[in-house]
Amino acid sequence: MTKEECKKLVLDIIADIAPDEDLSDIKPDVRLRDQLQLDSMDFLDIVMELRKRHGIEVPEADYIHLASLDSCADYLTPKFQALASK
Amino acid sequence: MVCIGLTCELARQKFAGLHAAQDNTATMQTSRIVITGAGLTSPIGNNLAEMRASLLAGRSGIEFIELRYVGQVPAGVCRFDPLKYQKRKDVRVGTRAGSISIYCANEAIADAGVDLDGLDRERVGIYVGTTEHGNVETENEIYNLSQFNYDTKFWSHHHNPRTVANNPAGEASLNLGITGPAYAIGAACAAGNAGIIQAAQMLRLGEVDVAIAGGVSESIHTFGIFAAFRSQGALASHEDPTKASRPFDRKRNGIVVSEGGCLYVLERLEDALARGARIYGEVASYHINSDATDYVLPNATRQAACMRQALKKGGFAPGDIQIVNMHATSTPQGDIQECQAVKEIFGESPETWVNNTKSFIGHAMGAAGALELAGNLPAFEDHLVHPTINVEDLDPDCSVPNLVLDKPRRVNRVDALLNNSFGMLGINSTLIITRYTD
Repeated sequence: MTKEECKKLVLDIIADIAPDEDLSDIKPDVRLRDQLQLDSMDFLDIVMELRKRHGIEVPEADYIHLASLDSCADYLTPKFQALASK
Repeated sequence: MVCIGLTCELARQKFAGLHAAQDNTATMQTSRIVITGAGLTSPIGNNLAEMRASLLAGRSGIEFIELRYVGQVPAGVCRFDPLKYQKRKDVRVGTRAGSISIYCANEAIADAGVDLDGLDRERVGIYVGTTEHGNVETENEIYNLSQFNYDTKFWSHHHNPRTVANNPAGEASLNLGITGPAYAIGAACAAGNAGIIQAAQMLRLGEVDVAIAGGVSESIHTFGIFAAFRSQGALASHEDPTKASRPFDRKRNGIVVSEGGCLYVLERLEDALARGARIYGEVASYHINSDATDYVLPNATRQAACMRQALKKGGFAPGDIQIVNMHATSTPQGDIQECQAVKEIFGESPETWVNNTKSFIGHAMGAAGALELAGNLPAFEDHLVHPTINVEDLDPDCSVPNLVLDKPRRVNRVDALLNNSFGMLGINSTLIITRYTD
């Protein structure tokens, strides 16, 4: 799993959670909340979908790492890689 | 108010006076309450005109659906476009009842010509009748959980806002930015009438200036409702779904569950006149009572008492009513009970005609009272009593005088209609709406 592949998986989730949003021009280094209409319940949806679809757990203390696509990739890619190696 | 039994002024004062607190304002004592807008979705149309056309054409809206665990069942499905008033995300996060409520509320406001931007939204109330709410969402979550070995960490954080009892009213409040009182009225299948009654009361109390009220139902999306009716021996079945809902027919065998919604805009008459609103009708009288006799079995004596009290409060004689819309749900026992009650009161009223809307749309549960009123409201203008369909062999125990079957009945005039809605745990409601005259 590369960071770019990780970003794609996160975007797939966001596309389902925020179906009215245009995701074609998301800037990876900018906070998702500053580019999209996402509230705290939406971020909980992202956490839930990571759990359901990929078996990834994100503890509450780590929610801050889901701020941007880049930070998501930095935080989640090792988790995906660890799961893949099991 | 059309007042045949008493003078108009006397009847109005009599009805208002029954509800007036000693120290309340003149607003409460004198206000007449009128319907100035209607928004609906039903299995036979998504507005008053579409629904009316289907009723006069004898067109059933019942079809087969496939339901989790239960299989194929006849049901009434609504096909409105939720994206007309909601974003896709709001549809995803919210509930079907919420979407129905939002659609109906927006349609009602547009129909009434109410300019929300010109109103204090704090003075607008939303009163949504529901038979039940939360079954659909709870069943879906449990099914979801079953895919994850019943580990509750997969239970959605959306569950609570989706299942609180006020959800359908609250979603409409969010959607429209209405900040007045918005809540649900739980009254089993009498809830549609109860929502309208609540609105009339709050307008008379001066609590709100505009009320959006009626009832909604998302019940076709819960297998539990169908399974429970089947276990009770009260779920309809027929090889042709359009014939499954057949109140008064000798071979009727139960309820067809439907989804739907109907919300009205109600205002005090003086406010409606001041803005030049079209008036569909006037809330002339109502009554709600309880049986206190059984969980599910109806009680003809208490139903008759409910109708009698509604007539009395409005100063009406039975013969003053031109249309009685029966609650009859197509269950073997329930229809007979209500027919006894209707015969007892209207049996000697040759100009009172009786019909049933569920034969077309099934039982829309919390929406039933409001939707069935919508089915008859246009009669003030077109002087037609819509028929009851699917009665191929009239049950002698259901042979109510002047039951309109198969074809619409043209009458000289329609001044008053009486709308019955009854529910489990023995709640009865009767609403009397009159053609508006000044």
